[in-house]
Amino acid sequence: MAKDKKHQLEIVTKPSFIDGSALKIPMLQILKEDGTLHKDAELPEFDKELMLKIFDTMQFIRVLDERMIAAQRQGRISFYLSSLGEEAASIGSAAALDDEDMIMGQYREQGSLAYRGFTVEQFMNQLFSNEQDLGKGRQMPVHYGCADLNFMTIASPLATQIPQATGYAYGQKMDKNGKCTICYFGEGAASEGDFHAALNMAAVYRVPVIFFCRNNGYAISTPAQGEQFAGDGIAPRGVGYGMKTIRIDGNDIMAVLKATQMARKLAVEENEPVLIEGMSYRMAGHSTSDDPTGYRTRDEEAGWRAKDPLERLQKWLLSKDWMTQEKADEIYQQKKEAVLAALKKAEKVAVPHIDEIIEDVYDQPHDQLQQQLRDLKAHIQKYPDAYPKTSGRIEGGQD
Amino acid sequence: MAKMNLLQAINNALDLAMAKNDKVYSFGEDTGSFGGVFRATSGLTEKYGKHRNFNTPLVEQGILGFANGLASQGSYAVAEIQFGDYIFPAFDQIVNESAKFRYRSGNEFNVGGLTIRTPYGGGIAGGHYHSQSPEAYFAHTPGLKIVMPRNPYEAKGLLLSSIFDPNPVLFMEPKRIYRASVGEVPEEEYTIPLGKADVMKEGSDITLLAWGAQVEMIEKAAEMAEKDGVSCELIDLRTILPWDIETVAKSVTKTGRLLVTQEAPLTGGFASEIAATIQDRCFLYLESPIARVCGLDTPYPLSHEKEYFVDHLKVYEAIKASMNY
Repeated sequence: MAKDKKHQLEIVTKPSFIDGSALKIPMLQILKEDGTLHKDAELPEFDKELMLKIFDTMQFIRVLDERMIAAQRQGRISFYLSSLGEEAASIGSAAALDDEDMIMGQYREQGSLAYRGFTVEQFMNQLFSNEQDLGKGRQMPVHYGCADLNFMTIASPLATQIPQATGYAYGQKMDKNGKCTICYFGEGAASEGDFHAALNMAAVYRVPVIFFCRNNGYAISTPAQGEQFAGDGIAPRGVGYGMKTIRIDGNDIMAVLKATQMARKLAVEENEPVLIEGMSYRMAGHSTSDDPTGYRTRDEEAGWRAKDPLERLQKWLLSKDWMTQEKADEIYQQKKEAVLAALKKAEKVAVPHIDEIIEDVYDQPHDQLQQQLRDLKAHIQKYPDAYPKTSGRIEGGQD
Repeated sequence: MAKMNLLQAINNALDLAMAKNDKVYSFGEDTGSFGGVFRATSGLTEKYGKHRNFNTPLVEQGILGFANGLASQGSYAVAEIQFGDYIFPAFDQIVNESAKFRYRSGNEFNVGGLTIRTPYGGGIAGGHYHSQSPEAYFAHTPGLKIVMPRNPYEAKGLLLSSIFDPNPVLFMEPKRIYRASVGEVPEEEYTIPLGKADVMKEGSDITLLAWGAQVEMIEKAAEMAEKDGVSCELIDLRTILPWDIETVAKSVTKTGRLLVTQEAPLTGGFASEIAATIQDRCFLYLESPIARVCGLDTPYPLSHEKEYFVDHLKVYEAIKASMNY
């Protein structure tokens, strides 16, 4: 401690408290709400191909979210979480990464996963919990995961992934593989103890991790300002933990791309953990189990609709002649057809075989589990009509 | 009397408790004016103000730490954890703090005013993280009381007892039947004693024991078994800790057979504790091994929920096996 010049304390002789609002963190914006660039803005690195891929992914996610909310309303899937209005945050940040960087999401980052190349069929298999789902139909819809795409499987408990990201990034640093980890979470999850543990440890160990907070204004019904926290959001906490921190317009694809590109450089070249707070708005309900009309106004929603990240990007692409309205409509239509076709296919695929119920509890099911499975199968065979999804495929049944 | 579902009965109990004593506070994630994700705390902010019923930030360990402090100060802290599956960040506060507050201080301090409300259980397409029944973890913790009601009438009377009980109580609400379970409930205040099981129906051949939502399964299975000529005695344990050994032992001494069912996995579940105690108390009266009808020793799966679920058919089969032993 004593050798550390940074921590030599300046002596004062008059008491003065630092105000809780003393640290004012501005917000980076590059692409304005009207789809034009700020004149003096420092742009991210991009080319036409990258921006079109981002646009394509944003359109896909918007269609997927719309369609699956409808599918839940129709009773075809049990549950869904939309990322409406937050597509730039997840997709823009994923676009700034290397494909080998690890992504640890909360549960509203379908955009990052789609950008990595998760196919519409893979999305549908998870959403319908069928036997082709990589997660073997065990988790609720939107709990995606894919080792091939370096996307850690989602868990419902909030914030648990944040300290895990610190640990994962420590391993990457030790391996000297030049990769980093990005960890997404909401401003609500940042109240959990795990958030604080994670940031502190990341700063102490100097690990290549990017903490990306999607501050979308609400944790289910609880508004961020005043009820989730009293201070100036999440960003000042990064400073408190001794970490490079930036606040950005989360609905501005350019700002997201720029900040994450710089953060990645800091992470992998300097072993600097970074906190990014992306300011956005959860246009949808928390989930299909939630109805936001009970806690916020339509006026408030309308105000944010004007900041829509997809429209903003589209306006800019049109102005640059990288896209036409006709082409944009055509992509949207194609996505819609692809989603519908995959949905219809996935909902007909069977649930996993009942033998899967005891797999992966351990690397090998122990004897007691195998006995429990035998008992369960005998029971199902006794009452096949009570367990129609699995009874037909038990040996002795009509496979 | 009024017709209420289980949620309304809980809401009504909270309402009466807050009206009765202005040191009763209710709080949790989204539980303020929004009324909680299941609406258990609806209307309480309007009635008692946002200083009495309020939102917390999203931090379960904070909710329980705060609740312990508030209770130690002499208030009645009724803390909601949104799902039983999310109680674990608060495990330290509950196990090392709530449960030991009185003991470690030689009764200088206590958190007897604490009640933790949390929905638990499966059968709602909730997958791993909205389906668990974690009562056994807490049953291993001396100093706590654990209560799990089966219907609206029971929920109201037991919750009112829990709130004003001079010990910390974990009150676990069967969310699968939050709205499905409807019954006549007195509008005025009444209590049901903690630690006392309810013999719901007398019988002579086998004792069926359950708690919370699982009581419905023993009722349905008993109906099937009665048609086979098996006379079932049905007991709702109501309180998991401390549990009513006398009532269960007396019943098993009479029937000679015991079946215990729980939603949670078999191994290390509370049914095992009951089986051990009852074989000790009733060894010479037992005509068959004590049956435990429980969840598999796996996480709670989504697509195989129906297969995993401890339904009335599994209970019925176990009754037959016990009778034919």
